[in-house]
Amino acid sequence: SKPISDPRMQTVTLIPGDGIGPEISAAVVKIFESAKAPIRWEERNVTAIKGPGGKWMIPPDAKESMDRSKIGLKGPLKTPIAAGHPSMNLLLRKTFDLYANVRPCVSIEGYKTPYTDVDLVTIRENTEGEYSGIEHVIVDGVVQSIKLITENASRRIAEYAFEYARNNQRSSVTAVHKANIMRMSDGLFLRKCREVAENYKDIKFTEMYLDTVCLNMVQDPTQFDVLVMPNLYGDILSDLCAGLIGGLGVTPSGNIGANGVAIFESVHGTAPDIAGLDLANPTALLLSAVMMLRHMGLHEYASRIQTACFDTIRDKKVLTKDLGGNSKCSEFTSEICHRVQDLA
Amino acid sequence: LKLISAAPIRWEERNVTAIKGPGGKWMIPPDAKESMDRSKIGLKGPLKTPIAAGHPSMNLLLRKTFDLYANVRPCVSIEGYKTPYTDVDLVTIRENTEGEYSGIEHVIVDGVVQSIKLITENASRRIAEYAFEYARNNQRSSVTAVHKANIMRMSDGLFLRKCREVAENYKDIKFTEMYLDTVCLNMVQDPTQFDVLVMPNLYGDILSDLCAGLIGGLGVTPSGNIGANGVAIFESVHGTAPDIAGLDLANPTALLLSAVMMLRHMGLHEYASRIQTACFDTIRDKKVLTKDLGGNSKCSEFTSEICHRVQDLA
Repeated sequence: SKPISDPRMQTVTLIPGDGIGPEISAAVVKIFESAKAPIRWEERNVTAIKGPGGKWMIPPDAKESMDRSKIGLKGPLKTPIAAGHPSMNLLLRKTFDLYANVRPCVSIEGYKTPYTDVDLVTIRENTEGEYSGIEHVIVDGVVQSIKLITENASRRIAEYAFEYARNNQRSSVTAVHKANIMRMSDGLFLRKCREVAENYKDIKFTEMYLDTVCLNMVQDPTQFDVLVMPNLYGDILSDLCAGLIGGLGVTPSGNIGANGVAIFESVHGTAPDIAGLDLANPTALLLSAVMMLRHMGLHEYASRIQTACFDTIRDKKVLTKDLGGNSKCSEFTSEICHRVQDLA
Repeated sequence: LKLISAAPIRWEERNVTAIKGPGGKWMIPPDAKESMDRSKIGLKGPLKTPIAAGHPSMNLLLRKTFDLYANVRPCVSIEGYKTPYTDVDLVTIRENTEGEYSGIEHVIVDGVVQSIKLITENASRRIAEYAFEYARNNQRSSVTAVHKANIMRMSDGLFLRKCREVAENYKDIKFTEMYLDTVCLNMVQDPTQFDVLVMPNLYGDILSDLCAGLIGGLGVTPSGNIGANGVAIFESVHGTAPDIAGLDLANPTALLLSAVMMLRHMGLHEYASRIQTACFDTIRDKKVLTKDLGGNSKCSEFTSEICHRVQDLA
């Protein structure tokens, strides 16, 4: 393996997370080793700590590592109830201004769902919109919740979507909205998308109402390519699309921040009931790591690892329980490792 | 109309266009309002949405005129009309007066816009009560409140609280709660786990169309709008299809199933079942189908086929 000082080795901040997090992270590290990917993992924990002034923050060493490496891979974090601090995911989002949540959804051959040939990407604006957290009691029994849409955030997410489309050879970007009902807010979002589209004449730009997208998505998801949308719609659509390909256990996710930071993560839970029992399925975290490799320009490693993973699932001989088999996590991992080496 | 001629229904036809009343306020024609207030039951086809007509949409006018607070869409898989799903049998009940569709928006400063979502105790209680009554009256076993109260703690929290309170009066119905994103994730993997779903406006807009997609789209989906004062208007939710209008090519299934829903609402269950069976059997047998259903029959032929079956089933 390459020495740590090798300039071709790139550092990635690894946040294993809770529950099954450590074991699926170990699986990914093992598979990357087999692939001889030029990645040096820097493991950090992310817990909420109180900084000077009483403000909640992530541990300084985690922040330092991420600011330096710019790339993170993260397993699931548990959400403590009544812990007094905001969710860790929210803290990470605010610390690194993770404004875009990106989820490619591709049908996995051999993992049967009612759909085949799904190949789309949802790009969700992740900082504002309906999730601003601004709510008030107007009078007793009347509550208002405020949705904020800004020109800057809308332009930024639209630009990311078109850049993503161009960099990943996608042919179209569809803005998803309800501007017929929310004329000002979604209207502003839509206008920014249209303006940005003018600078990307090589990419086809369309617009579709959210309800129409959902109606069409479950009848024929192959008509969709890259979808860009505000926060709440993205929350819904990204989960809907994950369901089309088999659920959160096989869905990768990436969060893009300002200043070049990008954190890739599995979006399933910590599964405490099977933690430490060598039963977990590392596919979602592995595919997120593959997404990470592509983001870093390491396409050959990405393809090889993804192929090894998909071939293992397709051949159905070594599958974890959630995929319909009865193999252990370590056996599933070893199978992928062998295939990765064979594909070299 | 042809299909329900033996049913004890007398049709009173009215047009609904936007007219300006005294004081310059937009309203529906007085004779339409008078008829509906008297009959309490309406069946409505698609209305065109004029662009830049200067008046609000007709659907909005109807909603406000009759306080149509609940949009109800039963989604049942149609045997013979193949979709990736079989055995879908659920109902979405959408609060249709407030929530994200209050229409209250402001420019805060240049480039910053806010949109206000309103949730009230009264509207939430009313829709929850309707959902549980519907479940009880239609032998449904559970009601699931769909929400995002983890994110919108106050607004969706209020909605959820009202659902929980109403649930206490319906111990015979199982009550559950689920995040909207989780519902969508699960819905496309296994829709059979769902029964009656109740939710605020925007979520209902999305979910009702998602579920329509599961069973084949708006061309086969019935819909009912329940108002205050006992008014109920049943309608097909597809468009006016101007390209095939007048050519005897249309598929009347959505409007027919909405009329069947209407018959059930009126307690005319035997007629409802007979007409629905005739319709579903026609689709299942695939001999006489309109183009959108995969056949090449005319609307009139499809209709006659169902008429014969309805008579045979008598």
